Amino acid sequence: MSRSRSDRILRTCLGFLAFLSGSVVLLIAVFLVAGAMPALRDGVLPRLFLDEHWQPGSERDPQYALLPMLAASILVTALSILIAAPLGIAGAVFHQFYLPHRLAVWNERALELLAGVPSVVFGLWGLTVLVPMINRLHPPGQSLLAAGIVLALMILPTVALTSQSALRAVPQTQHLAAAGLGLGRVATVWHIALPAARRGILGGVLLAIARAVGETMAVVMVCGNIAKFPQSIFDPVRPVTATIALEMGYATSSHKALLFTAGLVLVLLTAALVGWLAFRKGNDEPAVN
Amino acid sequence: MKIPPLLLTLAIALTSCSKREAGETIVLTGSSTVAPLVADVAERFESTHPGAKVEVQTGGSSRGIADALYGRATFGMISRELKPDESALTAYRIAVDGVGVIVHRDNVVSNFTRQDLINIYTGKISNWKLLGGADAKITVASKAEGRATLEVFLDYTGLDSADIVADIVVGENQQAIRTVVADPNAIAYVSIGAAASEAAAGTPVKLTRCDGIEPTNENVAAGKFPIMRPLQIVSRGEVPVLAREFRDFLTASENRDLIEFHLYVPITK
Amino acid sequence: MAHPVSPRPRRPGDLALGFAGALACAITLVVLGWILWDLVKLGLPHLSWSFLTGEVSGGGRSGGIGPVLVSTVMILAFALVFAIPPGVGCAVWLSEMVRQGSRPARVITGAVDLLASVPSIVFGLFGMSFFCQVLGLGFSILSGGLTLACMILPLLVRTTLSALQSLPADLRPAAAALGLTGTTTIAKILLPAALPGILVGITLGVGRALAETAALIFTSGYATRWPDSPADSGRALSVHIYDLAMNIPNGSAAASASALVLLVLIFLINAAVATLAARWQRRHLST
Repeated sequence: MSRSRSDRILRTCLGFLAFLSGSVVLLIAVFLVAGAMPALRDGVLPRLFLDEHWQPGSERDPQYALLPMLAASILVTALSILIAAPLGIAGAVFHQFYLPHRLAVWNERALELLAGVPSVVFGLWGLTVLVPMINRLHPPGQSLLAAGIVLALMILPTVALTSQSALRAVPQTQHLAAAGLGLGRVATVWHIALPAARRGILGGVLLAIARAVGETMAVVMVCGNIAKFPQSIFDPVRPVTATIALEMGYATSSHKALLFTAGLVLVLLTAALVGWLAFRKGNDEPAVN
Repeated sequence: MKIPPLLLTLAIALTSCSKREAGETIVLTGSSTVAPLVADVAERFESTHPGAKVEVQTGGSSRGIADALYGRATFGMISRELKPDESALTAYRIAVDGVGVIVHRDNVVSNFTRQDLINIYTGKISNWKLLGGADAKITVASKAEGRATLEVFLDYTGLDSADIVADIVVGENQQAIRTVVADPNAIAYVSIGAAASEAAAGTPVKLTRCDGIEPTNENVAAGKFPIMRPLQIVSRGEVPVLAREFRDFLTASENRDLIEFHLYVPITK
Repeated sequence: MAHPVSPRPRRPGDLALGFAGALACAITLVVLGWILWDLVKLGLPHLSWSFLTGEVSGGGRSGGIGPVLVSTVMILAFALVFAIPPGVGCAVWLSEMVRQGSRPARVITGAVDLLASVPSIVFGLFGMSFFCQVLGLGFSILSGGLTLACMILPLLVRTTLSALQSLPADLRPAAAALGLTGTTTIAKILLPAALPGILVGITLGVGRALAETAALIFTSGYATRWPDSPADSGRALSVHIYDLAMNIPNGSAAASASALVLLVLIFLINAAVATLAARWQRRHLST
């Protein structure tokens, strides 16, 4: 790119915007640490991993076991991605390669609509439709499974829409080349389109994972909120976000600091996950270009 | 790309403009149980007191306590008694809310003694058969730590929150009601007014008697029903004249209809 | 949305792939239909013109949602205004100004990805203490918009970035060979070409912003009067739905009706964005 004055100004402006975007999370981290400070100073950190139960309000024997909740956050997220990723990507392939244009537009509108359903509506639907169904299968119904399914529905539009746009962006020339080689539709999808769109699809899945880890209102209503390690997918679980949502409005000062600590640990855990993914992606970057 | 800072300045300017008339504004924050009622009373207050502005915000009882303590709100709204370490605040009771035990409409059990509830919530009784019901496992639903309904329930049963063995933990009253609707073998405790009005509208839940006492707002008003909590507003120190007027307005007899509309029990003066 | 693969004789693999894809789409549509049907069943009888324009009363069980609707649109507008420039700018910087995989790029990308995973309730608490208290904006539509902007920023960055990265690599040297400056290349060639991807981000952002409850209860607040300015507190539709569904006994009908209104609003906004963008892109790509 040639350099001109306007380019330098633009570069500075964009750099500033990028810095701004990056610093929001820093601000939030500072805020979380400040909120968690009283609990950290009381040396609560080891107890989060050593205690057996979560009963911060108990007068007799307060305990602060965070591990079952971290496990629940991870399990619920994993389950929802396992459901939503195949559905979303298969749906996007169908949308891009099979559906006639006129229907495809409507499919897209429907997905966008699903993306805008408020989490409380998903939660209510889960609680009034899904939970009774699971209850008949295996009580109590509010469970890891219910939370995973509801979350999967919530992140499905993210996976599907980003996959669609990634597939759409695969250059025409590659399709023509594939057609020229006499490749069928399946081979084109499998060997040309999906690999070429891989990065966009992964980006979408990453967004979806992030959304699933952070989702609060819908999960609270269907997960059962029991802070124990689940023995099966029919057991109730309590992700970290659910705890914060349930208890924050009613927590007194030390309990509140504890909840901030829980939020901080969750964000750190996600940071580790994201850092790991980014590092891996950074590694195979040259292979893509 | 130059627009946002400009807009921000503009908006901040706007904010500071409106802050000037803050003397006329009464701010209440806190309990989501109390907020809808107070918001309705506030609307009526504004219409009868021209120029007055009453701002109602939610966020939970502890939010109300903190905001009243640090002067971020004129009043905090709480749905429980003040705790010993909150004695810097003065509480004004505006209504009472009974807490009743609910089961599914199809459940034949319709009375629990205090001991029954202790046994159920500590896991000593885990089948409805032992209480004269069907042969099915009891799904015990309890409230999350810190909720006022949990605290009055613990007070009544004499349990500690660590004693409770629950299958499901819920937050708001409506979530407890829907949990019982979704599971015919569930038991939960919720605000009596909310449960009664849902049951009257055809929701398949049933309020049960507690130690043989009918869970009605009349019994709560008469002090007969054993589990209840106060709905209060709290303030720190003396409040402005207009705020005092609003405080009295909340319990004024001409506003009883609003308290009853929100299914709570007005206090008798 | 070209379909460059010419229809070929159906082979078993092709059929299987088509079937799996159709099933995936069908599941999505069935669930959406199911949720919609539940809302329509409960909420449609409650809908009327006076519901759309009237003031909230009785905690939402009676009256309408007029002021709530106005507040919602204002909050959304602020969220988009504050999120789109940094989001798109950040993505352009990442894609065009720094080498991929370089340290600054990785740090910023990581930070943005991390931001995406911050729980919505943490956004709410952060917005309350930073925008409402530290910046002194109080409970206001502006605070709500700013909080939401932080929340949808990663969506915009990610989608714009992947749109820019998937553009044909030879666009840039071609533009440079024509003697175009970087600014012109970005404004006239890259951004228009990446527009569909950016739109996905905006669409997802609109949906996310309108559906958000936890972040708004603490920032834009609970007030249901007609907002006079962005400095007023204004209840968002999603907060209203949450309150009706969770706090107000027998509020389900009004909650469902409000949810229907919200979905129609989202549908209209998305359709408008798609139409405008298609027109804009046609004009820009043809010149």
